[in-house]
Amino acid sequence: MNIHEYQAKEVFAGYGIPVLPGKVATTPDEAARIAAELGGTVVVKAQVHTGGRGKAGGVKLASGPEEARRHAETILALDIKGHPVRKVLIVPAAEIAKEYYLAVTLDRAAKRPVIIASASGGMDIEEVARRTPEKIHRFHLDGPGTFRSYQARQVAAKIEPRRSVFPKMATVLERLVEAYWATDASLVEINPLALTPGGDVLALDAKISIDDNAMYRQPRLAAFREDESEHARIARETGLSYVPLEGTIGCVVNGAGLAMATMDLIKHYGGEPANFLDIGGSSNPEKVTTAMRIILADPEVKAILFNIFGGITRCDDVARGIVLALEGFSIQVPVVVRLTGTNEEAAKAILAQAKGVEPADTMDAAVKLVIARAGGPRA
Amino acid sequence: MSILVDEKTQVIVQGITGRDGSFHTQGMLEYGTKVVAGVTPGKGGSMVHGVPVHDSVAEARAATGANTSVIYVPAAFAADAIYEAIDGGVKLVVCISEGIPVNDMIEVYAAVERSSSRLIGPNCPGLISPGKAKVGILPGFIHQPGEVGLVSRSGTLTYQVVDLLTRAGIGQSTCIGIGGDPIIGTNFLDALEMFENDPQTKAVVMIGEIGGTDEQEAARFVKSSMTKPVVGFIAGRTAPPGKRMGHAGAIISGGGGSAQEKTEALNAAGIPVARVPSDIPGLVLKVLGRG
Repeated sequence: MNIHEYQAKEVFAGYGIPVLPGKVATTPDEAARIAAELGGTVVVKAQVHTGGRGKAGGVKLASGPEEARRHAETILALDIKGHPVRKVLIVPAAEIAKEYYLAVTLDRAAKRPVIIASASGGMDIEEVARRTPEKIHRFHLDGPGTFRSYQARQVAAKIEPRRSVFPKMATVLERLVEAYWATDASLVEINPLALTPGGDVLALDAKISIDDNAMYRQPRLAAFREDESEHARIARETGLSYVPLEGTIGCVVNGAGLAMATMDLIKHYGGEPANFLDIGGSSNPEKVTTAMRIILADPEVKAILFNIFGGITRCDDVARGIVLALEGFSIQVPVVVRLTGTNEEAAKAILAQAKGVEPADTMDAAVKLVIARAGGPRA
Repeated sequence: MSILVDEKTQVIVQGITGRDGSFHTQGMLEYGTKVVAGVTPGKGGSMVHGVPVHDSVAEARAATGANTSVIYVPAAFAADAIYEAIDGGVKLVVCISEGIPVNDMIEVYAAVERSSSRLIGPNCPGLISPGKAKVGILPGFIHQPGEVGLVSRSGTLTYQVVDLLTRAGIGQSTCIGIGGDPIIGTNFLDALEMFENDPQTKAVVMIGEIGGTDEQEAARFVKSSMTKPVVGFIAGRTAPPGKRMGHAGAIISGGGGSAQEKTEALNAAGIPVARVPSDIPGLVLKVLGRG
């Protein structure tokens, strides 16, 4: 789960990382009021769960309340990479002598977290890694509580050797590592970490991604959750993995790998999947019902495909569940069902009697059929 | 031969009195797996499907000498169950549980590395050596004994591919689901190495997916150190970047992990990659010289 910059700054401040005081506005008037309170030049920053805000016009300097109001109005009307902007953060503009990059993230190959530090702050770190890999320093961490102060100083001194600066930066890094472990993060990032002309270091931006598997023990962070849509919330609460896409074929699949392979196969045969949706191992009727509600709410959906590998789950039970779930809806689109596993024949007999459901024998046959029902493959 | 489990394997079920543990214990017994003991703290002395339950792995080990365990406990208790198994001297620990926090797995992985145990999973369906034993939740009836090894990050996609293989008359030596999490105990490379050393296995099917670089590392290993042919498949070609596709580990990040990148790495190592799952049996027959 990603949280907003203003939320991440609040978390960082709690760990003693210096940030500038700011406030969030949802209307232009509110933005103007906050700018007046703060006084002087301010920055109006879009709060969205995606990168590249600056390039998209989501970050603007304002010399006073009136300009802040105008910028907020523009930014609150933006949609950045499919994320509508609903909040802006207003912070005092900082004078910057130099910008750095500090982050801690999981290194999957090394099976442990890694600190990434660079003297090239304020830029896209992947771009820096591609163009000037020598400017990036890495340091792998063992478990919580194992990162020493002297190690923090060593890392900091690599990106800023000046004695007046690196000890302050080392302190920020130690606190960032502490925040990484304590918040069950998969990423904590400060980009940029600024050095002011007065010699202070400041986190001008903040990003935290939290491991979804750990949300149960992070109630404070869970309260920051903002689902992208009502359907995303319902899916999450029902235990469905759901990712909306742009196509016309709604998919209901059990298992993440099979769900991905189903999307790929739809595309392979010339169709477009409307979603990724994994109902999990046990295909219980409640999950199927919720999945149907979400998919049917998508006006683009022209046909629906169920691809269920029953495995040890009895397919006739699953078929009854599907039929029961379908009975509750007035479905205007064709439904194709592929069920394989124990009691497959009994399942097919049940489905054959259900109105508006077409059974298919194999995954390939089911995908081809659902594409035909959705209007045929793309030209 | 086969790898990791066979007809002699004796299994301890951790979490045997739970709904999943009890259900899958029955499934393993029906398949012929020697499930000799169960563990649920506080329920020692009872029986589940005729299997005696103990309060700890140490007691179960002392009573039976079993050296394999399978874990079906809720995520919040799963890391502890893995520690208990490795500290108890269990050699092969298979963790089915889904949802263990990554920070916990970082420490679990380090502990497994220090021990002489092997961990499979978490968030996996387990493994099966057809006709000999299954340890986990895989549907036994779709399998057939044979000479193709299979390793996969997925559950139901594995069943889909096994089903295709069996219907094409291609049997399996051992099928392992290594799990869909970012940090897992046994990766592709480990499994490939075991298959390379197994006389029964003549070819391997590797089913990868988006996220991470395990497939790329495995490809380098295949090129440098394997004599047996490998056939690949990568799920998630149409997955949008930055979105988690069900599995905690299935996400294309800025650092990479796309299906295209993985397919290219496999091809560069001389591994044919199936475009669709139904192409896999044909490719296997071809690399076995039967096509």
